[in-house]
Amino acid sequence: MITPRYTREIPQRYHLEAGKCTECNFIAFPPRLICPECGSREFEQISLSPSGKIVTYTVVCVAAEEFSTETPLPIAIIETDEGARLTAQVVDCDPEEVEIGKRVRLIFRCIQKEGLAGIRQYGYKAVLEG
Amino acid sequence: MREVAIVGVGMTRFGELWESPLRNMFTEAALTAIDDAGVDHIDSMYVGAMSSGLFVHQEHIASLLADYLGVAGIPSTRVESACASGGLAVRQAVIEVGAGVSDIVLAGGVEKMTDGVDAIDALATAADQEYEAFHGITFPGLYAFIANAHMHRYGTTREQLADVAVKNHDHGSLNPKAQFPFKITREAVMNSTMVAWPLRLLDCSPVTDGAAAVIVTSMDVAEKLGRPIVKVLASGHATDGLALHSRTDPTTIPAVGRAAEIAFKQAGLTPEKIELAEVHDCFTIAELVVTEELGFVERGRSGEAVSSGETRLGGRIPVNTSGGLKAKGHPVGASGVAQIIEVVEQLRGSAGDRQVEGARIGLTQNMGGSGASCVVHILEGVS
Amino acid sequence: MTGIVGYGAYLPRYRIKIEEIASQWGKDPTTIKNGLLVHEKTVPGMDEDTITISVQAAKYAVQRARIDPQEIGAVYIGSESHPYVVKPSGTVLIDALGIGPDVHVADYEFACKAGTEAVFVAYSHVKSGVMRYAMGIGADTSQGAPGDALEFTASAGGSAFIIGSEKVVLEIEATYSYTSDTADFWRREGRVYPEHGGRFTGEPAYFRHVLGAGREIMERAGLEAKDFDYAVFHMPNGKFPMKAGRTLGFEKEQIEPGWVVPWMGNTYSGSSPTGLVAILDVARPGERILLVSFGSGAGSDAFVFKVTEEIEAVRDLAPSFKSLLEENKIYLNYGEYAKFRGKILMNT
Repeated sequence: MITPRYTREIPQRYHLEAGKCTECNFIAFPPRLICPECGSREFEQISLSPSGKIVTYTVVCVAAEEFSTETPLPIAIIETDEGARLTAQVVDCDPEEVEIGKRVRLIFRCIQKEGLAGIRQYGYKAVLEG
Repeated sequence: MREVAIVGVGMTRFGELWESPLRNMFTEAALTAIDDAGVDHIDSMYVGAMSSGLFVHQEHIASLLADYLGVAGIPSTRVESACASGGLAVRQAVIEVGAGVSDIVLAGGVEKMTDGVDAIDALATAADQEYEAFHGITFPGLYAFIANAHMHRYGTTREQLADVAVKNHDHGSLNPKAQFPFKITREAVMNSTMVAWPLRLLDCSPVTDGAAAVIVTSMDVAEKLGRPIVKVLASGHATDGLALHSRTDPTTIPAVGRAAEIAFKQAGLTPEKIELAEVHDCFTIAELVVTEELGFVERGRSGEAVSSGETRLGGRIPVNTSGGLKAKGHPVGASGVAQIIEVVEQLRGSAGDRQVEGARIGLTQNMGGSGASCVVHILEGVS
Repeated sequence: MTGIVGYGAYLPRYRIKIEEIASQWGKDPTTIKNGLLVHEKTVPGMDEDTITISVQAAKYAVQRARIDPQEIGAVYIGSESHPYVVKPSGTVLIDALGIGPDVHVADYEFACKAGTEAVFVAYSHVKSGVMRYAMGIGADTSQGAPGDALEFTASAGGSAFIIGSEKVVLEIEATYSYTSDTADFWRREGRVYPEHGGRFTGEPAYFRHVLGAGREIMERAGLEAKDFDYAVFHMPNGKFPMKAGRTLGFEKEQIEPGWVVPWMGNTYSGSSPTGLVAILDVARPGERILLVSFGSGAGSDAFVFKVTEEIEAVRDLAPSFKSLLEENKIYLNYGEYAKFRGKILMNT
């Protein structure tokens, strides 16, 4: 059952909650207990900006079972405006439109459905801007 | 730390071994290694396996395999670092012998991947579950992130990626243990099924069953055995963030560079002194980036190097003479051990048709996930 | 003054043309288009549902309301396609928007009027002074059985409205509900697609309730059709709302700005609410709007709105309805549509 772990991740999945190191400004997404850059243990809670750019990408054509009906599935590493990085699907576009450097906006979508009987898991995905 | 040698090697054929359960594959490889070394006992053993729990629903395999090897009672430890589990098992054996805790240690690796489990899903557990796999990224997808970034930054071409697979199949065609002991063409690679842009099916290592084992001993023991001795000059190990997106530059795999730096320093060598290398070509792009990280080629020039033949048998620095993970097969936990075996065979001069003439120093590089762990060994043929 | 202080609509980017559905079933598209007055409809992406549509519409509403979402005291989502039968849609939404835990949440269902029902109750909370802000949402990923007449119109989208008493954009001047037990359209527990009574959905159901509610609210408010600048009625197809409006004395020009069904389809609980948002693309201060929803089963909620000066300040704080309807459309063929809507039998 995935309900407990899904519920735990809601702050990150739903509103991009992250930790910002009060010493060196490193942004930890998800939040961490110790800064990997400076060793500080003090973080300020922030929410990442839902916009950024594509660092690199791929289009998954052979997917794990959960995503097998959604291929071709563009997925990218995205750098948010604060400089934090995350992996997210890029949706509502022709896969050919996805390119390194393009600007994206993060939106709220269903990510996994756990079959017809399980819980629906929501979170961030990206759409191309403009 | 005292000097350490590898004195015995053994492996199963790699492939879809429908008749063999995990325990028999491991035992076959281990017995071959023990016989090859001519030892009458082992003091302890290490087993590298990425995910016997997911692949065959069996954990606690260190004890299971000691029992089936007929040595129940000795210390037996499972080592896991995703696809670097095998390399790490060897490293643990090297440390144990080097530290003087034991004199004769078996280091093996095994994976049974064809028993009906969704391998894409099982392998994806080596990525960050909550922040990578959750979003649908697969392992080919993660390496495709690296490939697209490398192509974008350095102009690496689709043809150059294909040439890695072509070269490794050429080498693999000379290896009777390989899963795919045949040649392929550049066109075949470039027309194969798309898996994750730009990586196609023939850019990817296969799903494989197999096991491999080596016997690690002190030099004293090795010298008494009267078998060819391959000395372990260095063992480097490094880690990195599990999520590829957490690393600054997706065209690099820093853990490889770090592990190599440690190993070269231990051995007192530079990359130019390496005469052949077995590297972790789980995907064609992986071999390219790894040859850059190891210092065999300049950053950004690895594609050119493979296409010009610098890294093939007979070239400046032959890479993956065994066929690599691509053609030999990639039973994940066993791959790191099998790399050691290929280099040992080469340094013993017993690599047959794929022998690098007069090779004395070789390197192995085994990594886990998208490069969050890496083990590098440098070996020297002594006889 | 109490009324709407923030509003937002959301439509998926995907569309399917009526011709494409008609050709799948060997029907003549021209007859169908003339009969329904619908050209194409929205289709939800595979990762969209009533919850994600509601979240996006609600975010736009918060942007326009210029408030801290934590101040919203109640969130009600009206839909007939809540992803769960048991477990609320609204709980996902409040966590996604950073509302709560200090909030009252409920999901509403009353066929196609669940959205106005949500707005109705939200309004009552604020009007009575129980809370400062409350949000009502109408959203659907409407179901229509393959080959059924509903398949030509059942579409996806929704609109969210925040009710408050400060910086009101749309004053609510009057409300009224007209309800009776009329089984014109229903979906039983465990069934995938709704059933309907064919022509019984017309006169005894839609027209009786819409006209009943429209006449009564105007009479109670002392208003006539000519006192309104716009009127929006539930839009199961293009014809019904036009006919209902004309019967109540409205001109085509009053109805057209909110008559969004020809290019959007019927977004069920999101239908008349989204028509209202479309009107707000063009409405000017001082103008008056009549809204009459219809939910099978059956009932109509009616509202009289008056546009305030605030409209000019908030209109451009989120995407216009026109941009959502017209920009970046992706057309699907029937096969893709069937996959998107889960109409292909899978073994999972």
